[in-house]
Amino acid sequence: MSSHVPDDLLYTASHEWVRRNSDGSCTVGITDHAQHALGDIVYVDPPAAGREVSAGDACAVVESVKAASDVYSPVAGTIIAGNTDLASASEKLSADPYGEGWLFRLQPSDVAALSGLLTPAAYRDSLAACGD
Amino acid sequence: MPFIPHTPADERSMLDAIGVTDISSLFDEIPKDLRAAPLTGIPIAMTEMAVGRLMSDRATRDGRPLNFIGAGAYEHHIPAAVWSIVTRGEIYSAYTPYQAEASQGTLQTIFEYQSMIASLTAMDVSNASLYDGASALAEACLMAVRIQKKTSGAQILMPRAVSPVYRRCAESICGLQGLVFNSIEYDRLGGTTSLVSLSDSTGNDVTAIVIQQPNFFGMLEDVDALTDWAHAKGALVIAVVNPMTLAVLRPPGEWGAKGADIVVGEGQPLGVPLSGGGPYFGFMTTRIEHVRQMPGRIVGRTVDLDGRTGYTLTLQAREQHIRRSKATSNICTNQGLLMSAATIYMAIMGAQGLEEVATASVHNTELLVSAIAALPKVRTAFIGPRFHEAVLQLDVPVAAALEGLARRGIAGGYDLSRDYPELGSALLVCATETKTAADIDRYLEALDTVMTNVDSVGEC
Repeated sequence: MSSHVPDDLLYTASHEWVRRNSDGSCTVGITDHAQHALGDIVYVDPPAAGREVSAGDACAVVESVKAASDVYSPVAGTIIAGNTDLASASEKLSADPYGEGWLFRLQPSDVAALSGLLTPAAYRDSLAACGD
Repeated sequence: MPFIPHTPADERSMLDAIGVTDISSLFDEIPKDLRAAPLTGIPIAMTEMAVGRLMSDRATRDGRPLNFIGAGAYEHHIPAAVWSIVTRGEIYSAYTPYQAEASQGTLQTIFEYQSMIASLTAMDVSNASLYDGASALAEACLMAVRIQKKTSGAQILMPRAVSPVYRRCAESICGLQGLVFNSIEYDRLGGTTSLVSLSDSTGNDVTAIVIQQPNFFGMLEDVDALTDWAHAKGALVIAVVNPMTLAVLRPPGEWGAKGADIVVGEGQPLGVPLSGGGPYFGFMTTRIEHVRQMPGRIVGRTVDLDGRTGYTLTLQAREQHIRRSKATSNICTNQGLLMSAATIYMAIMGAQGLEEVATASVHNTELLVSAIAALPKVRTAFIGPRFHEAVLQLDVPVAAALEGLARRGIAGGYDLSRDYPELGSALLVCATETKTAADIDRYLEALDTVMTNVDSVGEC
């Protein structure tokens, strides 16, 4: 089954998506492919605002009926907000992974680091390579 | 008699099936110098008859002293029904359930246990039990760090009025994980943790404070003030309680304006014999918003497709078989046997029974303490409300006094001089509901005699 990969986002190999906002911040979530692979999401633990993160730091946890998975920060920066609505409405992550299911917003410490992320085409290729 | 059912022929056919020459080659990937066999220092085997003889000889050497020691493990009467029921084949299990859902009776027992402990502590959720009270405190400290999302420099305030054994255990388990334990002094007059010493010794970044109620000296802390102080600083409150006392004391869930955040303790007073120090079991409860950071197993009640009640292990994504190195604990087990005994003990005693035990223990300790005042060379160390333990200060070395009491068949108390040298020759005593007025008289007379002897001739 082919998952939805919007054209206006950047991606990571660990299945996070990154939206560049007009104020210079980024919004991060997990991709449609990731939420399908996890199954029914039962709990989301977003990061606290103010936390400094490096690229690759585990900063949120998504728990499904099958597994509990870490979500990694795509670039270094400061967490501006975690999506605390998900704590009581984790199903939003499955229903709308690129919208209401966002996990956190961060202010990158170096915007240039975003150029190291995957383009939609590259992410689609990586999914195709692993059989999606 | 072989306890391993496989015959050499069975082993051969299994080895052939996987194409391995012998069993030892299954362990080839473990470097030779890391292998333990052959075990040296293990004595040669004894027969069951000889072991029975050895153990009963050693047990006889203990005598059956009249016991006035508490200090974390308490002698209470255990109704005979408790262990007759626990040792029935249907319930007898040392350990956590594997193939958990196939063991509905075990899971139901754990669920009942969790409900009782949560109710006693006035908290939302309980786990299925931990190893003992001291390691439960260590787990609570680690849990507090996870809740506060501290990645480094977590500071735990650890009053000296908390059991020294618990403090050492928590520091051993957590110390290498970057937690800093900040020791807090107690008030020398009241034997309790004062807000003044807290305010003096802490910065603003406090992860959690540990509050033991009653504290190690048996004194009652001002838990409301301490809890509110901690919450005002953004710190979590870890309560360490004796479950028996909760039959009469206000439960941690109701401390201060918001209640404690994590509650742990030693479950031994609930139907577990002293047994020379163990096995016991630890308990842990918390508020529902922190349940995903709780270590240990949790049993939930649900319904099956036909609407029938069923029990299941729940919230397992916290555990190590799923979460691996990021599990909330390596402890994905529980103390099945001791927890079952506690559940049956609580069910037999009921709220009223527990209250009677607690009240009688307080009463007996008060009898002891008030009579102490009449002895010339003994004083109580602290003034204020206490539960069923008291610190006595003697005019002679405490070790000599205890030796003299032991010679008279009395386990006279716990020597505090090693952990609290500032208290001088100090002794922690406890009189539970098991002590009669005659027992207490015997203790006082023996103590008086021993004190006089030690004082006059330097021996007891």
